Amino acid sequence: MERAAEIELARQLLAGDPEAFDRFVDHFRAKIFHYSQTVCGHREDAEEVVQETLLKVFENFDQLRDPEHVRAWVFRIAKNACLMKRRKSVYAPRQELSLDEFLPARGADGDPVKIEIADWSGIPENGVLRSELQHVLEDAIANMPEIYRSVMLLRDVEELSTEETAQVLDLNPDAVKTRLHRARLLARKTLDSYLRARRQPVEGN
Amino acid sequence: MASHQHDENCKKMFALLSEYLDLELLAETCKEMAAHISGCGPCAAFTESLRKTIDLCRAYQPQELPGPIARDARQKLLEAYQKMLAGRRS
Repeated sequence: MERAAEIELARQLLAGDPEAFDRFVDHFRAKIFHYSQTVCGHREDAEEVVQETLLKVFENFDQLRDPEHVRAWVFRIAKNACLMKRRKSVYAPRQELSLDEFLPARGADGDPVKIEIADWSGIPENGVLRSELQHVLEDAIANMPEIYRSVMLLRDVEELSTEETAQVLDLNPDAVKTRLHRARLLARKTLDSYLRARRQPVEGN
Repeated sequence: MASHQHDENCKKMFALLSEYLDLELLAETCKEMAAHISGCGPCAAFTESLRKTIDLCRAYQPQELPGPIARDARQKLLEAYQKMLAGRRS
């Protein structure tokens, strides 16, 4: 569903039009399920988080001041529902990862021109490689430290703005930017390794 | 020390790359970065790979969906919505 259609549903619900109810529920159930599954990590929790979130959403719908921000508003409620259930992540880093860890490896002689990076130019819009990469990306997001995972999910998958993401996660916008950059670098690194391994000629061919 | 200079520029660029791709930088910084990237092969390749990573995220469709909602769960939500509406009118 387009963002505009989602905003329209929120407007209709605010105006008391029950026609929008079922579509709103179905649309956001999928979104909240994915968010809580990625953050909480357990399917059973995710189903509970979905219901608890939507209950809070409807109980407090009149507090949604701006339907334009309905997605961020719902995710903020989902985040709080997740926090109540979240198990401490074993991946949580104590501090931000250093950017140096993401610099591509250089050639043996340190020549920056001989940087080791896969050829990303030929990734098709569809097809086997594209769908393989989607799976690699899914795993990459699932395996990142939680502080990066939630930012990447909100910013790049759900396409919230930096400010909206900051509000959902109780962070300042600079922290969102810092974490997003590291999350993207982590995902990029995993995808790059995959592409390089995939293009290694198979021995004997 | 041309190569050292080159390296420092690449590192500075590297830190700002997401903000560059999100158009969140000041115009002047953005212009400097565009100039650097167009003259630096590794940075251009890296920028392209990061841009494609973001594209893949935006096109990402979660494979796993929640099970169908139970009738009583939906009813509970509808009641919460109706109660909210009633509370607002009173």
